[in-house]
Amino acid sequence: MKMDPNFSRVLHVDLNTGKSKALQIEDRHMHIGGSGLAAVLYDRYGIDDAPADDPRQPLIFAIGPLTGFYPLMSKVVCGFRSPYTDEWSESHAGGRLALSIRFAGYDALMITGKAEKLSALVVGSRSCEIENVTYLRGKDVFATGKFLRRFGKKNAGHRSAIRIGQAGERGVAYACINVDSFRHFGRMGSGAAMGFKNLKGIVVSGDGSFDLPEGKAYAEMMKDIYKDITETGKMKKYHDLGTPQNLIPLNELQALPWNNLQKTQDEGVEGISGETFAEQLLLRQAACAGCPVGCIHIGLLRQQFASEHEFLYKQVSYDYEPIFAQGSMLGITNAADVLALLDETEKLGLDCMSAGVALAWAAEATEKGYISQEETIVELKFGEMKGFLEGLKFIASGENAFYQALSRGSMAAAKLYGGEDFACVLGQEMAGYATGEVFFVASAYGFRHSHLDTGGYAFDQNNTEKNADKAIEFMLEDERGRIYINCMMGCLFARGTYGPEKLKEALTAAGFQNIADNLEEAGKYIQKLRWQLKCRTGFDVDAVKIPKRFTEVVTWKGEIDTGYMDEVAQRYASAIKEMAKCGE
Amino acid sequence: MKRLEAVRMEQCIGCHSCSLACARLVHKKLSWNTAGIRISSAGGLTTGFEAQVCVACDPAPCAEVCPTDALKQRKGGGVIVKHDKCIKCGKCAEACPVDAIYYEPESDLPYLCIHCGRCVPFCPHNCIELREIPTYEEE
Repeated sequence: MKMDPNFSRVLHVDLNTGKSKALQIEDRHMHIGGSGLAAVLYDRYGIDDAPADDPRQPLIFAIGPLTGFYPLMSKVVCGFRSPYTDEWSESHAGGRLALSIRFAGYDALMITGKAEKLSALVVGSRSCEIENVTYLRGKDVFATGKFLRRFGKKNAGHRSAIRIGQAGERGVAYACINVDSFRHFGRMGSGAAMGFKNLKGIVVSGDGSFDLPEGKAYAEMMKDIYKDITETGKMKKYHDLGTPQNLIPLNELQALPWNNLQKTQDEGVEGISGETFAEQLLLRQAACAGCPVGCIHIGLLRQQFASEHEFLYKQVSYDYEPIFAQGSMLGITNAADVLALLDETEKLGLDCMSAGVALAWAAEATEKGYISQEETIVELKFGEMKGFLEGLKFIASGENAFYQALSRGSMAAAKLYGGEDFACVLGQEMAGYATGEVFFVASAYGFRHSHLDTGGYAFDQNNTEKNADKAIEFMLEDERGRIYINCMMGCLFARGTYGPEKLKEALTAAGFQNIADNLEEAGKYIQKLRWQLKCRTGFDVDAVKIPKRFTEVVTWKGEIDTGYMDEVAQRYASAIKEMAKCGE
Repeated sequence: MKRLEAVRMEQCIGCHSCSLACARLVHKKLSWNTAGIRISSAGGLTTGFEAQVCVACDPAPCAEVCPTDALKQRKGGGVIVKHDKCIKCGKCAEACPVDAIYYEPESDLPYLCIHCGRCVPFCPHNCIELREIPTYEEE
């Protein structure tokens, strides 16, 4: 196959008709790929005034121009109307999906419509089938993966199987899409967006090949980047303890949320630290295809299932954020208990972060008497794993009116039952950084309401002065840098390697001179378009609220300065309006 | 003579860096398949990884069935590949006892390991080695 630097090749699958089209999307020098391509596709095919569950809304999976060319260019963006906020949103995942899409010959898959029966999409470089999988109704993520791997068997190892569980089928607002067992389009409810389409899974076989550009420039660049990533030691931390290395330092800083953010430090951290996981439970590390780092940490969960010596074992991936959300936030201080919760979350196909934080709210609401076991069915108590394990199942099944509300988010439940002040929601359930004012604002207002929009948590940690100008400048600049990476669909761990100048060189060597020459212009265009889409689909920057709990946090810097937080919030809101030119 | 061996696959993390490097540097392709070493998983990522790679047969069944000497026996095992002599019959891939030959449908050409070892430095976990063939095997 040949790659055309001027066009993105998109497979548009219409589940209403069962037919597909290979589209050529022009002006690649402007949309680049990844986040930019997803935004352009939504701009053309999305319907602003229809809700997220309207079958006409597109569900998009896009890679970047450098996917397959260089190491750590291994991510996919899922673009969709969020069932959580109803707004245009993104979630990013690794695994094998990025290379599978690349070698299937596409820059993106876009799915519109709704299948009549529960279906799986099976795509390769020379195939595109919609399979009836009604027998998978209600099946968990692992069982579904096993069945889906019956498709494209001859490409084992060179394919990706993404799927939803019960949560996605039922439309839980924070259902995720599982990617190749251990990775996820985790946040903002992509799993429900897929469920709305009656689409249980997608199998992509990367069975095609492309010619490389003539000359030696590409090979030299690839070797140079590989060496930088593997020989400089800069990635060691991600492979060694992985992201859970952050638990002890953040706890020491008084920045690790515990018990629904009622405190930011607890001596129980030793039980769930990266060191404890590595020493007691780490089974092995794995990698996304095309990345030599191997940051995926897989723990061994050994469970007794009957009396005497009857055991089963499971492989459960863990990271910093899942340990925060289903460990410290729930007051759990035993690493195996955290794995047990994460395993259940995985099976059900829930976003582990929102699910954990939502249950933390429910535990505090129980403590404070807003709800009782009449609502929660089981006792939800900080530090006790078993109740939360049942709670996860009830969220996915929508067991009663309370859990149906909780499956729409903790703030949705708090509005009905009380306790809005302590619902830890910043656009969606918070990420694990109680670092201070800038992070709270960045997350509440940020495009994905994620800790990944900007490094607000790092700004809080690196700056003792309260300078709103400097904070805003940092957030805007950092977002722009991340947009380049997110259009290439590089891993954010590699942002130190892939600065704008390096990206231009890498693009040129791979045959994308047109994108390299226009990178700054394209970055501005995409930043504006993303914010415009978010505003057009309902985001009201003036209506954003930061719940009271975040003003009560005490970190190593002392109490939160609400005046400073308000100033940063107002300034950031103005900057977003300026970027989006909302209303124009 | 040396040959490539996937000696420590239990250490493999499934990054595919070896096969991507082979495709890019040896075969000048951007691909998972047109590579001499290909990594597969036997039923999802929970089961670990295996390498599909030429095991350096001597005599090599693929060379024996090749009607035009596009694949010729290499001293010490394995074959020397000349794509310009290939008439695209596909018999080599059928003859390989370990499925190490990828027959690419677009170009109609076989892709397999030539035991050059260019993939070795790209393995971050020391799973593959270019090893001297023991003399007792060469005799």
